[in-house]
Amino acid sequence: MIPELGHFALIIALCFALLLAVVPAWGAWRRNSQAMALAPGLAMGLLFFVGISFACLAIAFLQDDFSVKVVAGNSNSLLPPIYKFSALWGNHEGSLLLWALILSLWTAAVAAFSPQLPLLVLSRVLAVMGAIGVGFLSFSLLTSNPFARLLPGIPADGNDLNPLLQDPGLIIHPPLLYMGYVGFSVAFAFAIAALLGGRLDASWARWSRPWTNVAWAFLSLGIMLGSWWAYYELGWGGWWFWDPVENASFMPWLAGTALLHSLAATEKRGLFKSWTVLLAIFAFSLSLLGTFLVRSGVLTSVHAFATDPARGLFVLAFLAVVVGGSLILYALRAPAVSSRVGFSWVSRESLLLVNNIVFLAATLTVLFGTLFPLIMDALGQGKYSVGPPYFNAVFVPLMALLVPFMGLGPVARWKKDSTRRWQAELAIPAVVAVVCGLTLPLLGGQYNVWVALAVALSGWLVLGLLRDLWYRVRGAASPGAGLRRITPSYWGMFLAHLGFAACVTGVVATSQYNIEHDLKMVPGQTEELAGYSFRLLEVVPAKGPNFVADEARFEVSYQGEVIALLAPQKRRYLASGQVMTEAAIDAGLFRDLFVAMGEPVGEEGAWAVRLHYKPMVRWMWLGAIMMALGGFTTTLDKRYRRQRSAARVASASEALHGT
Amino acid sequence: MHPIRKQRLLIVIFVVLFSSAAVGLVTYALRGNINLFFPPAEVAQGKAPIGKPIRVGGMVREGSVQRSDDSLEVRFVITDFEADVPAVYVGILPDLFGEGQGAVASGVLNEEGVLMASEVLAKHDENYMPPEVTDALEKSGYDHKGNAK
Repeated sequence: MIPELGHFALIIALCFALLLAVVPAWGAWRRNSQAMALAPGLAMGLLFFVGISFACLAIAFLQDDFSVKVVAGNSNSLLPPIYKFSALWGNHEGSLLLWALILSLWTAAVAAFSPQLPLLVLSRVLAVMGAIGVGFLSFSLLTSNPFARLLPGIPADGNDLNPLLQDPGLIIHPPLLYMGYVGFSVAFAFAIAALLGGRLDASWARWSRPWTNVAWAFLSLGIMLGSWWAYYELGWGGWWFWDPVENASFMPWLAGTALLHSLAATEKRGLFKSWTVLLAIFAFSLSLLGTFLVRSGVLTSVHAFATDPARGLFVLAFLAVVVGGSLILYALRAPAVSSRVGFSWVSRESLLLVNNIVFLAATLTVLFGTLFPLIMDALGQGKYSVGPPYFNAVFVPLMALLVPFMGLGPVARWKKDSTRRWQAELAIPAVVAVVCGLTLPLLGGQYNVWVALAVALSGWLVLGLLRDLWYRVRGAASPGAGLRRITPSYWGMFLAHLGFAACVTGVVATSQYNIEHDLKMVPGQTEELAGYSFRLLEVVPAKGPNFVADEARFEVSYQGEVIALLAPQKRRYLASGQVMTEAAIDAGLFRDLFVAMGEPVGEEGAWAVRLHYKPMVRWMWLGAIMMALGGFTTTLDKRYRRQRSAARVASASEALHGT
Repeated sequence: MHPIRKQRLLIVIFVVLFSSAAVGLVTYALRGNINLFFPPAEVAQGKAPIGKPIRVGGMVREGSVQRSDDSLEVRFVITDFEADVPAVYVGILPDLFGEGQGAVASGVLNEEGVLMASEVLAKHDENYMPPEVTDALEKSGYDHKGNAK
């Protein structure tokens, strides 16, 4: 009964989405304020019914209702309750429902938190989001109904959730990632609404900026969690594989980063207006493309679920409608909103332009590498695969090119600046950064040119930021007063740029200083790695709630002192019989020690073992967290709130005067 | 120069510079870093190049996996039931690698026709099969258990 209720609620939700797409849009066209005023209510209704539907599926999972196909396929009575819940999105149908839920959450959030928006704009934005909702809800209902029953022949127990997904990281990774992915639909909806209205001005950028920042922050967190999960759960200590699906989440992030910066120029200086709109369309299209790549199973990837061509075709058609439709609208409307604002060569604007070009180039090269195998296959040229070396060779130099300009960004002034001023402000940071680059890698033991370069570049970023902060605080009565004067949007930028520097350092240090050793070990054997000795004490059987395992006990010592006991496991899950590697990690700010078990080798109880020494690997994830925090911080800025209260006064007076 | 023209020139120069850098990088990076997939039947026909990175995928033949006693060397045979390709891999294999399972190995073919694998990908869940493997089996006309269709 409950699944049918959920199915029914999903159908009603689709009706709400249809109404939301049509009625306010019609109202905006005919200037019918009653029709437009319905938009927020419809958005809430959409959230309510998608919410009911989601809750019904969650109940089916928690109650082990194996008559429901997705529950039988992805859950098991032995599964711990929290994983029963997260199994909901560990499969195609459920993850699509999660997508729909998050889309309706964003829609309702726009409806609830936008009192400053003129009703005309709000109704257009919500109508666009409703239309996206129609697309995804009908995708769910027509091709992948999560409530389909297995009748007759209800299985006694379920097939179990893929053991790889039975992990705390995977409980929150998909929702966060989707918050980011789907969040770009808000930026997209604002862009389309602006094109429809023909009014692309600073206020449009100010409305859409906080939403874009939040979506971007969620996406950063989601990608970071995915990378962290791959690191400890896939068992091989890699943290980024340039896997098509990783790329699928990374491309919207890259385009979104360009969008953030371009929005800044649009809001502050009224520049790059049509370009910003195009980026918003591009970012959301890449989110949809990501969905297509993941859901259609056209590419070999760790994320591919069992495939169904009908689904791929549906997403492809949807993608074509969204991209084609919005580009046609852009072509028709964009010239009408172009602007003529000049800026000088040496200015913050041109640095933001550099940011945009580099990030766009990065997005396109990643897109090309991801789609190359598909294109060649479609042309009948054979099945190619594009490996990590391609992506590294393209991506790393682009980022290295970016950083020198990025260090100038916060210091630079709008409109017109002078190189002499930059020299005066940044000569010391530049010298200190170079000195850091030359000396600091010596601490890591072996001197390495790439690490030196990375340290110099991130030093340039960090010192430039600190110098700028000091300049801003200096004039105040006391340092405290100076710090309080600084706006949240500045702090957001500060944190995000600092996070980027941490990321760069972490990525380069890990890749260069990482030591990886695969070997055969018998109990009692000791192995040295980067000054740490790993002693395999014993291999013992272990038991978990739904698995049995072989557990290896390692004693790790450094300079004669025992610093950690590590117990990696080789698990066999009872329901599916699937074997999985559970790595053991001793984490630290400056180095991770990573041990994973391969398979038993030979006769005397020996095991294939993987030992890793990974310096500064955490910096990359900490950097990503800082970037996300930065994104959230910017939205606390007073100007978004001030504008809200001003709008309230305005709308109140409007009501009084009956306009 | 007129400020707007100057600004346009600036934008054009930036775009040209960065896009040519990007295009240069892409072509340079693509040259050595793409590899082509071959089903075992095509390797047996000598269609696969020797000494160049390729991928070979199919089923791991039952009874073909031999582990060395004193190192992490593993020898196995990839088959599409039409032809076999022997492969050697040193290292730790993925959890779902096994006899009678689908796998894709990437590496270099040596003079004797043995694939020196540097990476082995197995399917990652029970129901999933790498699309290349499905395709290779479709071409050879056998199902994944080796029965003719």
